[in-house]
Amino acid sequence: MPARKCSSSLALTRRNEMTPQQKAWWLFGGVALLLTAASVIGKILNARATTESGQAVIGNLNARVNAWWVMVAVLVVAFALGKPATLIMFALASFFALREFVTLTPTRRGDYWPLLLSFYVLVPAQYALIGYDQYGTFAIFIPVYAFLLLPAIATLGGDTQNFLERTAKIQWGIMITVYCISYAPALLLLSIAGYKESNALLLFYLLLVVQLSDVLQYVFGKIMGKTKLAPQVSPSKTVEGLVGGGLGATAIGGALWWITPFTWKQSLLMSFIIVVMGVLGGLTLSAVKRSLGAKDWGVMIEGHGGMLDRFDSVSFAAPVFFHLTRYFFT
Amino acid sequence: MRPSSALLVGFVKLLVGAYPRWIGCKPEAVQRIYFANHTSHIDTMAIWSALPIRLRAHTRPVAARDYWGAGFRHYLAAQALHAVLINRAGDHAEDNPLAPLCNALEQGDSLIIFPEGTRGKQPIPTTFKSGLFHLAAQFPQVQLIPVYLDNLHRSMPKGAVIPIPMTCTVRFGLPLALAEGEAKAEFLARAREEVLKLAGTNTAQ
Repeated sequence: MPARKCSSSLALTRRNEMTPQQKAWWLFGGVALLLTAASVIGKILNARATTESGQAVIGNLNARVNAWWVMVAVLVVAFALGKPATLIMFALASFFALREFVTLTPTRRGDYWPLLLSFYVLVPAQYALIGYDQYGTFAIFIPVYAFLLLPAIATLGGDTQNFLERTAKIQWGIMITVYCISYAPALLLLSIAGYKESNALLLFYLLLVVQLSDVLQYVFGKIMGKTKLAPQVSPSKTVEGLVGGGLGATAIGGALWWITPFTWKQSLLMSFIIVVMGVLGGLTLSAVKRSLGAKDWGVMIEGHGGMLDRFDSVSFAAPVFFHLTRYFFT
Repeated sequence: MRPSSALLVGFVKLLVGAYPRWIGCKPEAVQRIYFANHTSHIDTMAIWSALPIRLRAHTRPVAARDYWGAGFRHYLAAQALHAVLINRAGDHAEDNPLAPLCNALEQGDSLIIFPEGTRGKQPIPTTFKSGLFHLAAQFPQVQLIPVYLDNLHRSMPKGAVIPIPMTCTVRFGLPLALAEGEAKAEFLARAREEVLKLAGTNTAQ
């Protein structure tokens, strides 16, 4: 490691002690340790569960933990391979999330071309724009061009029945599953002073805080959840789970300030915002899902449901986190 | 598995999922005729991809020669799917159109067939043609498995060339057998009814 000037601030010395790669391995190690603990606890609980409903809950818990191992492995491999691989991974996540959204949305013959373009042109184009560092176009490509052109193309189908509803549903699907989710890997194109080559850590930070918030809300909810938060919208969410999980994830996010360009106070605040947006995303998409008559978005991820069940909170947290970081730190 | 088959299955799963739901039977290595509703060109590949690998090798889709008989489609049908190509009724009225199917069954292979004969406009099947009845009568030892495919009529509406990605579940129902002395029309109506029952089944396992 190159010798550096002595710094009076503890923050700076700590931050300069490790290379981004070393930090990443510490993080992956920590996550692996956490998952190992979860797997062991799952095994123990499985042996102790006696009632049928208890066994069902523990079975689902273990399925979730196993799926987490797979998701973390995919993420680590993509990160290790670099930016293109990370973008392809997120593009696939968007593709599958959009596939789930479209499956649950009633579509008609006249939606064929807009849908085809969404999957085969919008998804790759949006991620290619990130890959080629085109922030300006990335930010308006879907809200301006896709917003205007897709309905125009839909008119060629000649089907005016429920035209506005159909158009609105496709727009909403693309905004959430492609535009909003793409903001997570878009963190890679920010240039933050004193934070060179570390943007992948910031992406990892976002995903970790969002997902830990979901996981801890689930854990706190199962252990001490009593008061339902919004039984109509998201029956498993409880106030106790929300508070316990939200505070826990915020605290862990604050403690991870050394992988971010933030001070610990800023990191705490950022994590809190990520958690709040994640909760709002979970609630909103749960309401959308239920209005489409489903309980889960899909069946892709054993124990969790669909891709969008895992990315609902990311889709709300990522754009806000991106723009706050961009506004205040670049 | 052949590389072309693996590639095809990977592609089908990427686009339409083809998640199997074994509702009325298990994926066992017994000789079967899978019969399904037919709404799109991707149906054959979806059912075939939903089967476990060990069953795919001995399960042959039945495909119409007029569509699958030439060019790239022929390559897919012959190489990747190992399909049984048949002439649609009316093409060669003098031949027995079921002969290639009987051959395949005599060799011990399972079949995937679409008893409607052609793609319907609705996901719900129209009346079945008599082929299924004749096969059931000639091969009583072969299990008849009703299959329902959802969403594919939206993924690839008639006239479409490229499928819209959409999650499709492939639901396998209770085995059906031709009853002693059962009339053709009754049997075909009953078989269609079994596919319809699966249409109403929740996608949850």
